[in-house]
Amino acid sequence: MATTALEHAPAYQRSTIVEWLTTVDHKKIGIMYGASAFIFFLIGGIEALIIRAQLATPNGTLVSAEMYNQLFTMHGTTMIFLAVMPLSAMFFNFFVPLLIGARDVAFPRLNAMSLWVFILGGIFLNASFLFAAAPNGGWFGYAPLSSRQYSPGMNMDFWAIGLQILGIASIAAGVNFFTTIINMRARGMTLMRMPIFVWMTLITQVLVLLSFPVITIALVMLTADRTFGSGFFVTAAGGDPMLWQHLFWVFGHPEVYILILPAFGIVSEVLPVFSRKPLFGYSAMVFSGAFIAFLGFGVWSHHMFATGMGPLADSFFSLATMLIAVPTGVKIFNWIGTVWGGSISLKTPMLFALGFIAMFIIGGLSGVMHSVAPADLQQTDTYFVVAHFHYVLFGGSIFALTAGAYYWWPKMFGRMLDEGLGKWHFWLSMIGFNVTFMPMHWVGLLGMPRRVYTYPEGLGFDLFNMVQTVGAFILALSILVFMWNVIRSWRGPADAPADPWGGATLEWSIPSPPQEFNFAEEPVVAEKDAFWAMKDAAGVDRFPEPGHVSGRGIHMPGPSWWPVVVAVGLLMFFVGLMVHRSWAFPFTPVSIAGFALMVFGVFKWAYEPVDAHAPQH
Amino acid sequence: MASHTDAHGEHLDHAHASAGRYIQIAVILFALTALEVLLYEAIFGSLRESSGALATSLGPWFVELLLALSALKFFLVAAFYMHLKFDIKALTWVFSFSLGLATTVILSLFLLFWYNRGLWWMDGPW
Amino acid sequence: MLTPRNIEEAAMTSAVLDHDAHPAPEAHHTSLPIDNRKLAMWTFIGSECLLFASLITTFLIYRDSSVGGPGPKDMFEVPLVTFGTAILLFSSFFVVMALDGAKNGNRKKLILWLSLTVMCGLFFVAMQVYEFNHFYHKGLGYSTNLFSSSFYTLTGFHGAHVAIGTVWLATLLKDAIKGRIPAEKAINLELSALYWHFVDVVWIIIFPVVYLMSLGR
Repeated sequence: MATTALEHAPAYQRSTIVEWLTTVDHKKIGIMYGASAFIFFLIGGIEALIIRAQLATPNGTLVSAEMYNQLFTMHGTTMIFLAVMPLSAMFFNFFVPLLIGARDVAFPRLNAMSLWVFILGGIFLNASFLFAAAPNGGWFGYAPLSSRQYSPGMNMDFWAIGLQILGIASIAAGVNFFTTIINMRARGMTLMRMPIFVWMTLITQVLVLLSFPVITIALVMLTADRTFGSGFFVTAAGGDPMLWQHLFWVFGHPEVYILILPAFGIVSEVLPVFSRKPLFGYSAMVFSGAFIAFLGFGVWSHHMFATGMGPLADSFFSLATMLIAVPTGVKIFNWIGTVWGGSISLKTPMLFALGFIAMFIIGGLSGVMHSVAPADLQQTDTYFVVAHFHYVLFGGSIFALTAGAYYWWPKMFGRMLDEGLGKWHFWLSMIGFNVTFMPMHWVGLLGMPRRVYTYPEGLGFDLFNMVQTVGAFILALSILVFMWNVIRSWRGPADAPADPWGGATLEWSIPSPPQEFNFAEEPVVAEKDAFWAMKDAAGVDRFPEPGHVSGRGIHMPGPSWWPVVVAVGLLMFFVGLMVHRSWAFPFTPVSIAGFALMVFGVFKWAYEPVDAHAPQH
Repeated sequence: MASHTDAHGEHLDHAHASAGRYIQIAVILFALTALEVLLYEAIFGSLRESSGALATSLGPWFVELLLALSALKFFLVAAFYMHLKFDIKALTWVFSFSLGLATTVILSLFLLFWYNRGLWWMDGPW
Repeated sequence: MLTPRNIEEAAMTSAVLDHDAHPAPEAHHTSLPIDNRKLAMWTFIGSECLLFASLITTFLIYRDSSVGGPGPKDMFEVPLVTFGTAILLFSSFFVVMALDGAKNGNRKKLILWLSLTVMCGLFFVAMQVYEFNHFYHKGLGYSTNLFSSSFYTLTGFHGAHVAIGTVWLATLLKDAIKGRIPAEKAINLELSALYWHFVDVVWIIIFPVVYLMSLGR
């Protein structure tokens, strides 16, 4: 493989905006996933702060009941679909190719399309606020509450159609990453030598691929009910709201593993590096991850104990749910085993990873409590449940994603984040998080219901709620510290070394940030923790800083307009669905134009040579 | 899994089915479809009068017979026309895992719904 | 709708086209001896299994839950769907023959069988348009009752898949006529053929489960 002089001039100069709009580079796409998801995360966070401000005192009057409904629905929907999933997608995009030693994903243009469909779908969902018609039926949109009869406005149309748009992005990305991981690993990287984050990504994609079609159909039926007057979930027409709940949770439970498995993967990468020990029980980690995902398809009805499915179904789903504690426990013990006896370096990524373990254990334990059907009947729809899923989604997913952000930041941007601010960020998060969500357990057991916009005095809720609100603002402060840290590092010099942490995996073998083609020479892998193995073989602690090399002879796919064109066409098609109300003429001109644009884009895409505008070498 | 071979050529094509095999499969598929329709006509449709004892004995097994016949057709198309029999095993795994999960979801939803409606499995949708 | 057309042209990204240094076998490195696009198509098909599973489940659960309005026995006619089923089965056979032609570089064979396949696709779509229209005039609108909504949604989704497949195959037919599908590009047809067979096997399930079982009770 030639690594000769650097001559890397683009065929023609593109402006920065055009470059980012048309890029198919997985690293740029990853950064855009991260940036847009972080903005949505802030929006969802502001919604949460308004909710907490409203609930700070009894009989709060900050927002109306209707506004409150919109806030909690959008908070949940945003955090799940527009923050945690795409923040994970940022790491999939940026790091899966690097970790498996590939130059890009299998289908770079499809990858760009997923990104744009996601961003446009997120904007579409949030645009509902401009019409004062944000979704207001809960993130699970229970029928018949979400039917036309009980939700006459456009609110739930935004929700049902927005989620269909986002689902397309997820399925396309699922196909892409599954193919990438199965088929584009470096030579010698067998499945059982893959970094554990890649394994968890692979399992996550399987979950996405097999669960999103189910919600798609449920959403299509809900849209049909609302728009064409069918009766899928309308009891008067014989429809069964239970079908909505079943289809929703057949998707919804795998979805919660879609949110947490990437976090497991990140933590499993961070802990070994900062303990200077290989991951304890690698294969047990792989199989427990796969087992969790597999069981995840067989437990959906534990979200529905309160619907009265009968003792047989309740028992089955109780037992299946309890079984999940076993592989999850295996993971927790293996993480502890990894840290045990290691030479621990308490850098910010490590702090967040350790915080993750502690918080996830708490969330996991209250999860097991829900699996007991009779106990669940007491806890369901109370703040106890809210406490549980915030411990696994914030204390779990967000802590792990933050660990990943600090860990991989130098690789992504060539700049280190400040350790001092990082520690402030961690401790403020840890304190703010627990002050916010720990009291929810108690207030929940006292009987405070979820999704009520206010509560009267004297029920014993007052103090807890005030404490929670204070905690929420501490948590918000920690995010501000993080943002300040990012701004500071942005202004500082881009001087991060290639391997700041003494990393175990291939991404640390190349410059920070990586060159467009990632690896000048495709790496060859002989065992797991490939980069550690290479350092051991060379008998060094660190390799000398790798220089930038010529990309001569390396063919990278050229930029393309068509992914973004197809995404816009798709959005127009769905926006058109918002405004019509009759089956007789189901497609408005906007839909038809969008469809036409999409078809046009797909054809241009299909016939576009892969390296149409590639830099000439 | 680890064998890194070049994917450029069609390695497994030496085991590929011939046009003759495709024709055989087509004939079988048509025969099975004809059988499905015949079964329906014999038990419920226009041939009911003349089929007599056969219809009465097959009647209770109509659903099972139809499911078996269509499963066989499904298998033939997937194995031969979609080349699963000749391709790498990974594809068979991808497809059968998805298919198995899809089937399990269908069956368990049936169980849940019919159990809830006070019916048992075989009183279900058929 | 994620059309299989979205699946990218090539796994070029892993290609190291270093013409002078190394011989060809290094060119397309994949971990499994299979083209990325083919693996992706199978993955997509796996995902589609769950899509149709949800639709079929809904139909079976709702078929007899209608409040008023016509039911399956007032609507379904066996000869028409048997004809449609036969057409789809034919087309599956035709497309494997076309692929056989493509792989052997036999352009005439490819064009002949591929045209027949496209015709079958058009016939099937026409059959379904006729059927829907016929049912509609017999009083079965989309929102008439649960049976109609779940029936039209299921068969409509399937029909949309057939339509997409037909357009895809027709595009490839155009390419074939222009001589753009030489033997080494047979993979282009193979992908569409996989998709087409999957649409066919879905119908192999729908035909007995939706039509015959609803009538024979």
